[in-house]
Amino acid sequence: MELDTATAYTPWASLFGGILIGLSSVMVMVLLGKIAGISGITKGLIAAVVPQAGGPKDQGWRIAFICGLLGAPLVYAVFAGQLPQQTVSDNLLGMMVAGLLVGLGTAIGSGCTSGHGVSGLARLSKRSLAAVLTFVAAAALAVFVLRHVI
Amino acid sequence: MRLVAGFISGLVFGLGLIISGMSNPAKVLNFLDVFGTWDPSLAFVMGGASLTAFLGYRWAWKRPAPIYGDKFDVPTNNKIDGKLLTGAAIFGLGWGIGGFCPGPAWTAQPMLAPGALVFMPAMLIGLWLGQGGAKPLMQPKGA
Repeated sequence: MELDTATAYTPWASLFGGILIGLSSVMVMVLLGKIAGISGITKGLIAAVVPQAGGPKDQGWRIAFICGLLGAPLVYAVFAGQLPQQTVSDNLLGMMVAGLLVGLGTAIGSGCTSGHGVSGLARLSKRSLAAVLTFVAAAALAVFVLRHVI
Repeated sequence: MRLVAGFISGLVFGLGLIISGMSNPAKVLNFLDVFGTWDPSLAFVMGGASLTAFLGYRWAWKRPAPIYGDKFDVPTNNKIDGKLLTGAAIFGLGWGIGGFCPGPAWTAQPMLAPGALVFMPAMLIGLWLGQGGAKPLMQPKGA
């Protein structure tokens, strides 16, 4: 939605952050033997709270992982002296629709940017490549329509 | 130990999202705004992440098993089917509207932006629905 704040081109910070994400995925694989796909990990949280919903059985590490995600901005703040910078739309209805679509889509499509985009591509999975191309195209289309058409 | 491993992995992942800019919807949307205020930075995120994971997985899979587990649990489904593509398209749409995918939605919570706070429960409901969570509710009584 309308967040026309241009952001700085940060290839090195983005590369470094990407390497950390990759490192985390490797940690999850070598320590736990799992794919670090956040939508799948979130399904574990849902399964723990709503057992009838189905979902992964091995929930403990997934809940711990989410706690780590929640703690990251606070750890970052300790070193950076401020919380991470972000610009979030205040169109609450739009954000609810967006959230619903993201949840629905990642469940039906069996993965998101981490599961398919990082782990899937790392495994040279054609299935994940198809997913990545599709969701990036759909997202770019949505942005185009919302920013330049409507 | 699985809990500790999970927590530390999540912390590293979250820091990666923050440092890379992936946790900032404005940066994500600008990456997707090819004809507008284009910011290519995120290409380096997915590139750096997948390359690191590619190399790391090869190293990890030399072992007989994970350190705190019995076996490597890697997806075996190779089919590119309608379900995959439909799901990916729906996810992409939501990502392009809100600028959040699941990971950044979590790291955003402590900052308490209203848009992020409403996104999360909606995402959880979407995940639940997408997994067929509503099916038991739709069964006629006594079936």
